[in-house]
Amino acid sequence: MKHTLRQIFRSSNFLLGFIIFTFLLLVVTIYPILIKHPPLEIIGQGTFFQPGVYVNVYDSISAPKYILNLSNAAANRISNRLGDEERQDMKTWLIAYGVPEDQIDIVDTAKLLDLWMNSYDPNLMLPGMTYAKSQFYQRLDASLEGILETEGVSIAVANPQTGALEERQFIQQSEYVNIDQVANVRVLLLGTDNFGRDVLTELVKATKVSLQIGLVAGTVATLIGLTLGLLAGYIGGLMDDIIMFVTNLFTVIPGFVLLILISFSIGQEHRGANTIAVVIGFTSWVWTTRAVRAQVISLRNRDHVNLSKLSGHSVLHIILSDILPYIASYVVMAFILQISSGILSEAGLSILGLGPRTTLEPTLGLMMNWSLIYQAEILGKWWAYFPVIVTIALITFSMNLMNTGLDQVFNPALRE
Amino acid sequence: MAVYQINQEVELKGYWKYFLNKGFWFFITFICAFILNFILPRLMPGDPVAVITQKATQGMQSQSGIQAVYEYYANVFGTNKPITTQFVLYLKNVIHGDFGISFSQYPRPVADILRSSIWWTIGLQFPAIIVGWLIGNTLGALAAYLKKGFDKVIMPVSIFVSNFPAFGMAVILLVIFGVGLKWFPTSGGYGFDLIPNFSWTFIWSVIVHYQLPFWSIVLIAIGGQAIGMRSMSIYELNADYVKYSRYLGIKDRKIIGYVFRNAMLPQVTGLALSIGTMVGGALVAEIIFSYPGLGYTMLNGVMGQDYPLISAATLIVTLMVLAAMFVIDIVYGFIDPRVKAAQFD
Repeated sequence: MKHTLRQIFRSSNFLLGFIIFTFLLLVVTIYPILIKHPPLEIIGQGTFFQPGVYVNVYDSISAPKYILNLSNAAANRISNRLGDEERQDMKTWLIAYGVPEDQIDIVDTAKLLDLWMNSYDPNLMLPGMTYAKSQFYQRLDASLEGILETEGVSIAVANPQTGALEERQFIQQSEYVNIDQVANVRVLLLGTDNFGRDVLTELVKATKVSLQIGLVAGTVATLIGLTLGLLAGYIGGLMDDIIMFVTNLFTVIPGFVLLILISFSIGQEHRGANTIAVVIGFTSWVWTTRAVRAQVISLRNRDHVNLSKLSGHSVLHIILSDILPYIASYVVMAFILQISSGILSEAGLSILGLGPRTTLEPTLGLMMNWSLIYQAEILGKWWAYFPVIVTIALITFSMNLMNTGLDQVFNPALRE
Repeated sequence: MAVYQINQEVELKGYWKYFLNKGFWFFITFICAFILNFILPRLMPGDPVAVITQKATQGMQSQSGIQAVYEYYANVFGTNKPITTQFVLYLKNVIHGDFGISFSQYPRPVADILRSSIWWTIGLQFPAIIVGWLIGNTLGALAAYLKKGFDKVIMPVSIFVSNFPAFGMAVILLVIFGVGLKWFPTSGGYGFDLIPNFSWTFIWSVIVHYQLPFWSIVLIAIGGQAIGMRSMSIYELNADYVKYSRYLGIKDRKIIGYVFRNAMLPQVTGLALSIGTMVGGALVAEIIFSYPGLGYTMLNGVMGQDYPLISAATLIVTLMVLAAMFVIDIVYGFIDPRVKAAQFD
């Protein structure tokens, strides 16, 4: 046993798969301990907030201020609001308006703005310009207002009696707050999804649920497959004929179609994560049955089994101690593959809208489904779908690497 | 001469036996699939007729009016009869190519909806799977034969690609080539401003829309097939007959020919067995590209709680997969010498 384990871990494929998988498991266990946000809490009002650090504006007003004289602050401020694209757009408008091209300098902000302020007229419709485009220029013009100001802004509160504004604070352009001293800061490493939920927290939870689904589906499939395979292979005769008939039937009927039919029939209210997992298990035992049966048939007439029979051991004893140990490696390999294909099946089902019920727990497939429904891929909101795909790919990749590694150890023909 | 003729007759008889045997088996399977297909959606909790009655009677006040509408729909869909009568009715209708009337797209017949989507699926999936199979096997065989650098690159890439979920590949191709580079359109089977006809504009539009779904299916198929072919080829390359042939001084090229022929045979069976899974993955890829095939139709059926549509769509997919497997089995019977030998028993 110890020798086998050492041999398994010497296989680079297995080791790499094992490391990836352990890493995923660690993240799934440790993350919820450190960060206790509920995974499906809707925090964002609106869809698809960008990944980043979100600092409360109100709290940062009352946080202690520090003066930092940074030379590039003004330049950063301008380029944040007036990027290269906007400058090009302004140039296009100015050329269309009739300013000679050599007079436009888009690098010198002050000159460009000066030219813009003198020429731009929001009511003027230039020939050949669409309504949407002229609307765009009106918005651009409005956003440029006050861009070159060097004064700060004042924070005022309306007096409840008179309604007059009373100045609370005056904020200089060179004032900073330390982010640690702001009461409310939320780090959204992967932004928010279409419902305004924290994608990272949701993803960790979803990975956990999906792994559970894979585990349950794999266990169900392996148990059914193992039992049927042992019965068919060892007992043989009529039992073998019946089991093989059913197995052949389900080999040919596409499992995915069956899965769609069953999930659809269960109905929305009854589709919990576990139900889906069991259904997936019930539709994917065929391969294990075939593999186990073939192995058992080749073992059935070996000398040690015959010896055991002659010694009067019971069928159960023979199966447990003389047959199972010989096929254990195959069963483990099949189990690993069942887990990964179970996770993929769940994802496929969820994309079809037949996944687990949506309000309780996220799964990787459901996250994919939600982001597809809200067209995250077309809108370029990569954080809503890409991490999900990567996670699924990592899970299945690691499982298959482990499987390939085991195969190389136990199957002498593939040994290098 | 006479002996040869007898042999040929026996061989033909053997083939017939093989075909009939296979055909009979597929027929039995189809019957079982048909029954499952009928029963499972009808176990669904909730009353689909009530749902469409509710849709149709929105704003209606009179209770008896709503009742009349409900009875009308129940009658049209046959849900008010006992399940055995429904089955006989269903069987009779399906034989005549009548799958009932869609719930979600009432009063369009299901057969009509499927007729417009099935060719898209067949045209997309089968070429993609076959091309993927061919490329995958070539790469796998090359990896086994060339080893070294080629194998070191092809193997991990194939493992990674084949583990990539089909929908993931579809989304990534869509984002890179559809949204980012804007080389290909992101959804649909042809331009939304076109009406299907036989003009060059339309055909070109179909070809352009075809590319992304096609390659996403091909890429997934390549990975799995390459891995299988590689291990089969390695197994065959180490077999005794290869060593023996080398001792006999048979040319390397000829040996390789034998090896890959032998390694290929299990891959043909592998194709037959994996075609069901591949079609499942491809249906999901269709959904991502809003390709007007069966996958997208099924999605609409699920959204609209449309059980005649779901049931008919799954039946058609099953039938397609069974037919493909049957064809592969027949082809296999012709090319595998072991099957030929078995027929003489």
